[in-house]
Amino acid sequence: MSKFEFPKSILSRPVWGTLEPRRGLHHLMIADAEGAEAILDVATPEMMESAHIIFIPKGTDYAKRLRALNPAQFYDGPSYAASVTRIQRVLLGAKMSTQVYLSGTESLMGQAMLECTNAGIPHTAIQTEHRGSTARRMQCVHCKGFTEDVAIDPFVCSHCGLNLFVRDHYSRRYAAYQGVCVDAEDPGNVPPSKGIYP
Amino acid sequence: MTIQFNDETFRGDYSFKNSDWAIQRFPFPFHEDSYMYSVNMEQHRGGPKGSIYEKRFDVDEHYLAEMRDRAMVLDDDPLRCQSLPHMTLAGWDLLELIMVSKSEDYPDLFELHRNGDQWRWINKPMGIDDSFTFLDAATLPYGPMEYITRQAQGDFAVLDQRDDNLWMDAGMITTQADWSLDFDIGMNFFEWHAPVPLAHEKGIFVRALKFLLNIQQGAPARRLNWTMTVNPLLDTSPENYHKWGVQKTEITPENIGSKQHLRVELQTFFRLPRSNALVFPIRCYLCNFQDLMSMPKWGRRLHRVIRDLPEELATYKGFIDNRPMMLDYLEKFDDGLPTSPGIWPEFETEPPLQK
Ligand code: HEM
Repeated sequence: MSKFEFPKSILSRPVWGTLEPRRGLHHLMIADAEGAEAILDVATPEMMESAHIIFIPKGTDYAKRLRALNPAQFYDGPSYAASVTRIQRVLLGAKMSTQVYLSGTESLMGQAMLECTNAGIPHTAIQTEHRGSTARRMQCVHCKGFTEDVAIDPFVCSHCGLNLFVRDHYSRRYAAYQGVCVDAEDPGNVPPSKGIYP
Repeated sequence: MTIQFNDETFRGDYSFKNSDWAIQRFPFPFHEDSYMYSVNMEQHRGGPKGSIYEKRFDVDEHYLAEMRDRAMVLDDDPLRCQSLPHMTLAGWDLLELIMVSKSEDYPDLFELHRNGDQWRWINKPMGIDDSFTFLDAATLPYGPMEYITRQAQGDFAVLDQRDDNLWMDAGMITTQADWSLDFDIGMNFFEWHAPVPLAHEKGIFVRALKFLLNIQQGAPARRLNWTMTVNPLLDTSPENYHKWGVQKTEITPENIGSKQHLRVELQTFFRLPRSNALVFPIRCYLCNFQDLMSMPKWGRRLHRVIRDLPEELATYKGFIDNRPMMLDYLEKFDDGLPTSPGIWPEFETEPPLQK
């Protein structure tokens, strides 16, 4: 499966890596949709003996293949939001020797990363790999609401309805990119939406 | 001298205006006829008498009106003032720095009486007389940073220093040039500067950070930054951009002299003693084009700077669309004569306009 090369961008934008197997007493793997492929690529039988996989399929059918890896624990959740208290609970019990693997969309990795850092997991123990959709989690700078899976620019804020353009400026604390009103200086003149990446 | 505080507004009818005194001491940010980003930092050790550099925290005729505007912004949006939990001590440091500086530099306006940890703070212009216990937040109506910055002109970013970087972990930001504290809080020096064009490539931020990390207590530094604002609007926040953005299109050749403002930030840097945090006060001064043009040197120079400014900067600063109209106006104040070096207006010695 070919991976998407993100264009060079500004310094607040996160840079994602490639998962590799690491030694550790516990392995926490959190993925959504095509992120499953990165886990399938990195998984080893020894790792699976102490692995907890948290997977949000988002309409894909990778769950069966992940389950077939025989991880110590497997969770198949309907949405990231539904899984977040479980993630928090698992992180609360995570030991110094836990290795974390995040893969899939930027939204999932960003939000799960935030939970990990809040729980005090050192960043050196967290790996990431982007797979699948390049859609973004956007925060409206005006109403502060988040809109998930934004693939076009400009887009309509799902909370306040303003037409927003998509910035590359990214907040790790919100795990979101910033959306700013596109027609403030010429109300009603909203350019036609295009894909975020040409 | 005693300051006459203006009764004025920074919104609605925009009754803000500068007295002759305020115009003469305006921090014109260009020391030569062109402008590019640079590591323009110097020690903040006073300056010419009456200038905005003289005191550690300048107080001027706009003080009370600015504090009223800040209170309105905070009522509408409390997220403009935030402090992450580990920043409370830095807030006390900042409260002490401002109270000590203001009471020493403006004894007729501010008084601080300290008896151990029992402090009494008197702010005469604002009619405040509060007694509290230093380092006990329960004795103040707000957290220490919020309490004191509701009484001090300009924005304040409070930076934690760790891992050889600065982290924007607290701030009172209501007069910002289009950036969001709520979004940027928790970022490091390179992350919050990410949207700035050209400066990263020139290595400016790497050198600037090195300088800042080494700032010592009692040896503050300063620099000027600038942008353009239509109407004397202090709260040019991204949060409210969908409301104020349209004002940029309300400039006409007839009203540009009074509506178009040069917005200058006097940025200072102080090391804080207990927390080892760095505080970054960002003091905003506004002056409209027609008042600036009363100084022949500034008229000549502003035209040349705006005319020759790289497109990336004019775009980032948000006035690329209005630049042609600005130049039509400013050109009338540029007769081609040379200008003297430095930012001061040199009204007595600079030749009057020959046009
Ligand atoms: C530690 C204190 C500082 C803080 C908190 C700070 C904060 C900021 C922020 C929030 C922005 C707006 C970025 C955006 O577009 O979102 C900015 C812009 C900028 N900063 Fe800083 N800054 C600091 C120190 C410095 C220093 C020491 C320099 C020295 C060169 C510098 C140079 C700049 C420049 C050139 C811009 C672009 C401004 C413009 O063109 O209007 N900053 N800064």
